[in-house]
Amino acid sequence: MNTQTPMLEIRGLSKTFGKGTVNQHTALSNVNLTLEKGDFVTIIGSNGAGKSTLFNAICGTYQPDRGSIRLGGRDITYMPEHKRARRIGRVFQDPMKGTAPGMTIEENLALAYTRAHSGPLAPALTKRKANLFREALAEYHMGLEDRMKTKVGLLSGGQRQVVTLLMCTLVTPDLLLLDEHTAALDPATAEKIMEITNRIVQRNNLTTLMITHNMKQALVTGNSTIMMDSGSVILSLKGKERDDMTMDGLLKLYTEKKKQEFTTDRVLLSDQ
Amino acid sequence: MLYVTALQEGFLYGLLALGVFISLRVLNIPDLTTEGSFGFGNAVAAVAAAMGYPRLSLLFALLAGVAAGLTTGLLQTKLKVHPVLAGIITMSGLYSINLMVRGGPNLSIGGNTLFKMAYVFLGDDATRDDKKLAGTILAGILCLAVIALMILFFKTHLGMCIRATGDNPDMVRASSINVDRTKIIGLCVSNGLIALSGALIAHYVGYSDASSSSGTLIYGLAAVIIGEALFSLFPRGKRGVTVGLISAVCGSIIYKMIVTFVVDAELFGKNSANLMKLLCAVIVAVTLIIPAVKEYIGAWKNRLEARQA
Repeated sequence: MNTQTPMLEIRGLSKTFGKGTVNQHTALSNVNLTLEKGDFVTIIGSNGAGKSTLFNAICGTYQPDRGSIRLGGRDITYMPEHKRARRIGRVFQDPMKGTAPGMTIEENLALAYTRAHSGPLAPALTKRKANLFREALAEYHMGLEDRMKTKVGLLSGGQRQVVTLLMCTLVTPDLLLLDEHTAALDPATAEKIMEITNRIVQRNNLTTLMITHNMKQALVTGNSTIMMDSGSVILSLKGKERDDMTMDGLLKLYTEKKKQEFTTDRVLLSDQ
Repeated sequence: MLYVTALQEGFLYGLLALGVFISLRVLNIPDLTTEGSFGFGNAVAAVAAAMGYPRLSLLFALLAGVAAGLTTGLLQTKLKVHPVLAGIITMSGLYSINLMVRGGPNLSIGGNTLFKMAYVFLGDDATRDDKKLAGTILAGILCLAVIALMILFFKTHLGMCIRATGDNPDMVRASSINVDRTKIIGLCVSNGLIALSGALIAHYVGYSDASSSSGTLIYGLAAVIIGEALFSLFPRGKRGVTVGLISAVCGSIIYKMIVTFVVDAELFGKNSANLMKLLCAVIVAVTLIIPAVKEYIGAWKNRLEARQA
């Protein structure tokens, strides 16, 4: 890939739900975002800021009203969801979402792996592949390598997220999307999954976007942080500015940016 | 010998059970196309066999079933019709089509049935029982071959995509697989097998009849459920699609055995045969309500214990 083309390039992306109804809601308004290959950007913002909408637009769950999305130099704005999924790996907050519970660990991995490697009637799971999957899982010391024939539905949330992460990255994607993928886990497990995530991203030099509610995590993970609010990117932190940023500083910036709304809130509350 | 006949019918209707298993359990779609595609396969095979193509008739029936599955599949995916309604629409339409294909309510195949062709190899002095035994072996071989083929199919990439579609469509979509396509293919395979079962029944009885397909859906459900009840003795975590396919056919055989026993022993009097569909419905209903009843009993026991404590 040409080093001049960014891996992900989002231009003027806008999306409004329920246009013309009382429920009209601007989820994205003129979002611009560029990620070079190997960039790891963390996204913070309150509920309804448009973080997940942004992910959904990138994945093609729905089409944006305006703007364009280019992945690896190719326009994917209107590409069907399942087609662009070949180049995008996505891990959801809900551990149930990324895996098929009624299928075994190795079958789930085989499903993710074979999509790029064989025809429809080729056996999905060979001995060679099973060994490959076992070795890949063994690296993360979750004890999963001895349970390859266990149904994924019987695993814990953390274990399922590891399987999902591996499914998304077995075939190196152009873009990895992490949608608060540790938020539903207990703190110890969350930390472990984050450590595994970092390792996978670094080893494959993956271009990654991660949504998180954990401000500390947002600042220490990856190489830049953006803050979203009401469908726009209101803050972008990089390099030294980001290194020097503290959680208090971030909160302060956030309140400053949101001041307008806070005052309105206060007015509303004082009325009662 | 009565039970040998039951075994033979169990194998032949076993393909129907396989088809129902695939839509109901693998794809997780309540597909009501069943009676239509069964009758379609039944009619198409009878016409083809009567015209002198008994072996090809199976292929034609299979294709007919695939077409039926394709119709339902397209309706419920691309055209977003509710799965139950999509099945009902196809099934109703096929009822008329089947009458047209047959050219009337019934059609005799004559001497061209696969089973009569097989009996030739037995020689002239073969007794009725010899023929029944031979027919049963033939049915068994056919059925086992289809099971083996299906087991292999669900181990391929496509087969695994179909399984995952029934298990977690979100995940399948995120894995760059076209969910609509896997659903349609799954319904084609399911209805193809059901039509094949219909074709074999036409060969078995020697004619195609408009009433042959009535009750096949509940039969398929009963077979799947009886099979599952039987195989629930195995540890839960290990039960995959392979066991499911085998259990569906076992369920079909057991159901036929139960019917034979009930009718033979005149368990419900002289008209026992007339009560079979009711029995079938009761078996399915009872099996389906067991989890709820267990829950009520559990809650009741808890209350009882709490009161005593």
